Amino acid sequence: MKMFLDNNLLLTITANMEGWELIINSLPSMLSGAIQYTIPLTLISFIGGLILALITAMSRLSKSRIIQAPAIIYVSAIRGTPLLVQLFIIFYGLPNLGINIDPFPSATIAFILNVGAYASEIIRASILSIPKGQWEAAFTIGMTRWTALRRIILPQAARVSVPPLSNSFISLVKDTSLASLVLVAELFRKAQEIAARTYDFLLLYVEAALIYWVICFILSLAQEVLERKLSRHIAR
Amino acid sequence: MYLTVKGLAKSFGRNEVLKNIDLEIKKGEVVSIIGPSGSGKTTMLRCFNGLEQPDKGVFNFGDGFTLNFEEMTKKQEILRLSRKSGMVFQSYNLFPHKTALQNVMEGPVIVQKRKKSEAKREAEELLKKVGLGDKMDLYPHQLSGGQQQRVGIARALALKPELLLFDEPTSALDPELIGEVLKVMKDLAHENWTMLIVTHEIQFAGEISDKVLFMDGGYVIEQGKPDEVLKHPREERTKQFLKRILNPTK
Repeated sequence: MKMFLDNNLLLTITANMEGWELIINSLPSMLSGAIQYTIPLTLISFIGGLILALITAMSRLSKSRIIQAPAIIYVSAIRGTPLLVQLFIIFYGLPNLGINIDPFPSATIAFILNVGAYASEIIRASILSIPKGQWEAAFTIGMTRWTALRRIILPQAARVSVPPLSNSFISLVKDTSLASLVLVAELFRKAQEIAARTYDFLLLYVEAALIYWVICFILSLAQEVLERKLSRHIAR
Repeated sequence: MYLTVKGLAKSFGRNEVLKNIDLEIKKGEVVSIIGPSGSGKTTMLRCFNGLEQPDKGVFNFGDGFTLNFEEMTKKQEILRLSRKSGMVFQSYNLFPHKTALQNVMEGPVIVQKRKKSEAKREAEELLKKVGLGDKMDLYPHQLSGGQQQRVGIARALALKPELLLFDEPTSALDPELIGEVLKVMKDLAHENWTMLIVTHEIQFAGEISDKVLFMDGGYVIEQGKPDEVLKHPREERTKQFLKRILNPTK
């Protein structure tokens, strides 16, 4: 008996296909999941997360307790609770309050909050790693705190934070597979859907794993290029 | 009078670093501050540009600008104070991600919002003046300590400050590189820049200063013409210090 998927691309996939046929036929569907959802979700969440992280790091570095407090609580709450639980609260929990958010924005919100918390600690540490003399030199040429941060400190902190932030970025690519559980039709959900019809779990999940691996491998190459570019003026 | 400072005091916790210091600086005057380490010299210098905030003290500038640190001081006022002076650091503190030229241009372009082409021309002039005309496009790590410090001086000059502050500018340098930095400072003294210099180079201080201050334990023990303070000190502590520093083995 032939079982058809709702996705047009998958019309030809059946339970009694040969392994290689299955891989070739499922590839377009999985890749479209990656291109339509996994990659955009990763990029939007990372960029949004970095902005949130910078704001959080700055408020952590403020001298005022009142400004520090929300940042400390936010980072503690996000780091202290599982990402999956956060996702479920936003997607399945908030509707009880009458707040209905679609799968993709739900996942985006959860991932932005997550990246924001973890990356804020990386950014904070990178800023603190820049010698105090750099701030002082900036002040003595008349800069305000904000200008000093933007022109002098952050460009140097960026170099320090590339390796750990790349780590977060690569983790994020893989974490987006959790979005499958809030109905985002990303790469891994596509794999699950096909596997549910064909029972070829091993083949399809390994195929999904390989696609994640390729994406992460390309990203780590990009990391190397970026690191080299940012450190070209620094003596070793 | 360019600047009169009265009753300058500063503590770090219970440690009183500066105790009621009075000081006058005339326009074009070179004032050197000497004294043992821990005497408060550097802290005092840093009070002049807001890097340290004094607990007490009144700064009275000849142009009418007054800052009384016993009252609440606003950020704007501190910024105005710091923009009156340029600072040269012991450890240079050049921006490592910028070339020599970019280091010098940063203040004029970003802070003073001057035209880039004009600021660039001036920065090139300044670097030539400190003898680095051929090193303008190098990054700090490609320069020797003496060269880095000369970029530091050019960076401070670029803002055309009223007052130049030097915080032990040669202390981090190899002995053979000290001369090139001192020479630049000597040129500046001859050009009538108003300068406040914390230094251990006693002989140099004697040569270029109009006034020498000896500090110890947070007080100005003695001040006057270089000949008076360095050759014929009145105070016992000054004598002791000079003896130690001029004949370290005796």
